[in-house]
Amino acid sequence: MSATKHTIAVIVNDQPGVLQRVSGLFGRRGFNIESITVGASEEAGLSRMVIVTTGDDHMLEQIEKQLYKIIDVIKVVNLSSQAMVGRELALIKVKAEPSERPEVLGVVETFRASIVDIGPTTLVVQVVGDSVKIEAMIELLQPYGIREISRTGVTAMIRGSVTDSK
Amino acid sequence: MSTHHTTMRSKDELREKWMKPDIITGSEILLRSLLLEGVECVFGYPGGAVLYIYDAMHGFDDFNHLLTRHEQGAIHAADGYARASGKVGVCIATSGPGATNLVTGIATAYMDSIPLVVITGNVATTLIGTDAFQEADITGITMPITKHSYLVRDVEDLPRVIHEAFHIASTGRKGPVLIDIPKDVSAAKTLFKPVTEIDIRGYNPTVSPNKYQVDKMIKAIEQAERPLILAGAGVVHSGAHDELLEFVNKSGIPVTTTLLGLGGFPSGHELWLGMPGMHGTYTANNAIQQADLLINVGARFDDRVTMKLEGFAPYAKIVHIDIDPAEIGKNVPTDIPIVGDILTTLKQANTVIKHTDNAEEWRNLVKQMKMDKPLRYIDSSDELKPQWVIEMIHDTTHGNAIVTTDVGQHQMWSAQYYRFNHPRSFITSGGLGTMGFGFPSAIGAQMANPDRTVVSINGDGGMQMCAQELAICAINNIPVKVAIINNQVLGMVRQWQEIIYDNRYSHIDLAGSPDFVKLAEAYGVRGFRATTKEEALQAWEEALNTPGPAVVEFVVRKHENVYPMVTQGCTIDQMIMGDSE
Repeated sequence: MSATKHTIAVIVNDQPGVLQRVSGLFGRRGFNIESITVGASEEAGLSRMVIVTTGDDHMLEQIEKQLYKIIDVIKVVNLSSQAMVGRELALIKVKAEPSERPEVLGVVETFRASIVDIGPTTLVVQVVGDSVKIEAMIELLQPYGIREISRTGVTAMIRGSVTDSK
Repeated sequence: MSTHHTTMRSKDELREKWMKPDIITGSEILLRSLLLEGVECVFGYPGGAVLYIYDAMHGFDDFNHLLTRHEQGAIHAADGYARASGKVGVCIATSGPGATNLVTGIATAYMDSIPLVVITGNVATTLIGTDAFQEADITGITMPITKHSYLVRDVEDLPRVIHEAFHIASTGRKGPVLIDIPKDVSAAKTLFKPVTEIDIRGYNPTVSPNKYQVDKMIKAIEQAERPLILAGAGVVHSGAHDELLEFVNKSGIPVTTTLLGLGGFPSGHELWLGMPGMHGTYTANNAIQQADLLINVGARFDDRVTMKLEGFAPYAKIVHIDIDPAEIGKNVPTDIPIVGDILTTLKQANTVIKHTDNAEEWRNLVKQMKMDKPLRYIDSSDELKPQWVIEMIHDTTHGNAIVTTDVGQHQMWSAQYYRFNHPRSFITSGGLGTMGFGFPSAIGAQMANPDRTVVSINGDGGMQMCAQELAICAINNIPVKVAIINNQVLGMVRQWQEIIYDNRYSHIDLAGSPDFVKLAEAYGVRGFRATTKEEALQAWEEALNTPGPAVVEFVVRKHENVYPMVTQGCTIDQMIMGDSE
């Protein structure tokens, strides 16, 4: 069995320590976390975590089963087993002297990204998309000199009228 | 009958008293809630952060509180109480060091799925996070070793939290639940509103198995020629020993019981093959390797049972019944998974199971193996052999005692040579392998079963890890009979160093151990020493006839090994038969 990337949604009680319960489980059982996002869900008192992990099918099955053993976990959905929209936001602070700006702007526009801050010698670029697009954007901005990158990690949802909480 | 009637009535009256909606402190809410959960005995140790709780216990005698001499003793006793009774064990400790002293006990209970409610005090909510005196983040520390935990920040939550904790600890795959109560919460007053309903959205264990899966198992059994049952702790936890016996009697399928499954099936049964695994019997291990159908009933394919996974049960189709879906397929790929309670599942199966006529040859084969290759040791006329001591303890207690053990050689010999016939009668730390568990767990087992003989078998190493609890046996006249199998070394470590590390004995000599007879007497407990069979029998009989606790030290030979033995990296049929060959 080969290791592949999986995106999992975990609906949890919005309780103190719940992130520690989930991340601790991944740590002690040797499951990998590529990214994890947490935020409010459509229901008060519940949060939705989206975790990107890599592993084979056996590991994925164990991840789901072990997650369900946490009392504060309400539901686990393997989003990537279905048609899924996965999005990530990145803020990239790139070195851009006034003379270089038009060129950087060209790259930004092509990616339908935007400039959210302009400093004397830098620009902050905001880009939204799947992880592949973010990677491509970073690669293209690299030559100008990237000062700082901040990424949100992937959040995701099943396409169409299906929801993961029902 | 009339006394029974009075007890029932007074229990109802008491319940009414405890339920009364008074304005009381968090501490009183805790005590009343424990009583409403049916708690009769609590093991604990006071300290700063639980002073309000202990103040509420002043002059209080609705339940028994035993003051141990170490928090570790308290939690192991609560664990022994739970294992021997099937009820939830309860212990209390203060914040910081009191709480961290419970950690080994919590992990012990977690590994063996033992229902405990562990109550710790914490510093006041206003001080949490400030590195206050005796502050420790015990919910954080114990997250990986508890089934669930609560840090109660509001006294209003207490009744619900306690009720949930008992529910979670004692249902599904059982386990320890920790409730951390800050000092100001145990002091705060509020109107007591008992909680009797359970509403935990993320918790709903599957009890009833999928009928389709059970049918698949029945079909597989019909087709099998060499079926075998591997019965584990789940049989004992769910109280399914009678149903397992019925299942075996109806089907004629041979049974092997894991360390924690011992007692879940009568050892005198002709189809019982003994314990499998690292120190398992020749028959059990070979039967697993030859079986064409292996039915795992509430065991978790622990590495000490399977040994080398590649090559484990190579010809067997695997059926796995477990209340915890995460156990199924975790270590061994499973053909027929059945998620459910063992008792419920076996009851269902027993209505349709038929005798395995195809397996006649197989039954004869394993019975023959059992006869040809029984557990054996070479006895001695001039030296006391540990295996002989265990057999002697078995014979003098007619196989009916509750036996607790510590961890090591004596534990394996107890598992091999004390033939268990009753569930909840063999109490041992299987998963975590906790030294220091044997003696305090016996105290809990005795509290749960005042009328049964409770024997605690220990090594000279482990006995020194919790010997201080002799005090509570003496003070409360708890009649535990303590056997110390004294070989003057850390025997199991010595055995490994001999066999695997080429006789390089490193730090195993227990010279400097106390005189155990004097140690017992220092606590006011009767002590005996035996170095020969005659002395052993005489001292042990006298200990059994002592109305209170007693300690018997059996001085045995140093170089005895536990056999059979499968070393790591080998499959379970690659056994070193040792002395018995």
